[in-house]
Amino acid sequence: MEMLHLTAGRVAGLLSRRGVAVFSTSGVKMASHGGVTEQTDMSVPLYCDRLDTPLPDRPYKDTLSAADKSLKQKEKGPWNSLSKEEKLALYRIMFNETYAEMKKPTGEWKTVLGGIFFFIGFTGLVVLWQRYYVYPPHPRTLDDEWQAMQVKRMLDMRVNPVEGFSAKWDYEKGQWK
Amino acid sequence: MSLPKPAMRGLLAKRLRFHLPIAFGLSIIAAVAFKFTVTEPRKQAYADFYKHYDSMKEFSAMREAGVFESVRPTGK
Repeated sequence: MEMLHLTAGRVAGLLSRRGVAVFSTSGVKMASHGGVTEQTDMSVPLYCDRLDTPLPDRPYKDTLSAADKSLKQKEKGPWNSLSKEEKLALYRIMFNETYAEMKKPTGEWKTVLGGIFFFIGFTGLVVLWQRYYVYPPHPRTLDDEWQAMQVKRMLDMRVNPVEGFSAKWDYEKGQWK
Repeated sequence: MSLPKPAMRGLLAKRLRFHLPIAFGLSIIAAVAFKFTVTEPRKQAYADFYKHYDSMKEFSAMREAGVFESVRPTGK
């Protein structure tokens, strides 16, 4: 009982230290060894280019230049007065990539398929080496003469004489039909 | 904005009305095809085999070939 009480206390101490780290507002450290790296603040809404999220939590550009700000003011009016370039500029303020750009094929499949074939080929070489350096000698039942004796015995026993093995042998002539 | 209201009910029933006759039809066709390509020829093959089957002759042939342990070939 005394042991249990001590270890429980130690665990609680560990948990409390970890708990403080979790509840602080600092974000995720990118993996690195030593230097100070930029941490994205995960506690505010983030932008993402995702096919299944058409409206991300915040616009892409949140620090607008003066031209962008005036464009945003113009957006508050009737949209017919916006030129095509202005509409595109407004889109690019809100979003990073269009759906067409997000869905663009990457050609990754070529790398994947190439990797698959490469490793299958390598495995083939390994199996070939095994065939010559690892496999034990064949059992004698796989020799041609043993197989011939085996076939003769099967025919003598009339194995499957109706539709199968012996049905294909012509017993009068002593040859396959 | 005035789209027709989509069908809200009876979706499974509609699907079954379409697919069940096809399913039954294909299954019956498969069974009939199997019967006439496999079972009938097989029955005929067995009938033909046993029509002129002489079991004693076959037994003697097998005995001479030496496959039995209870009877030796007639030479010994």
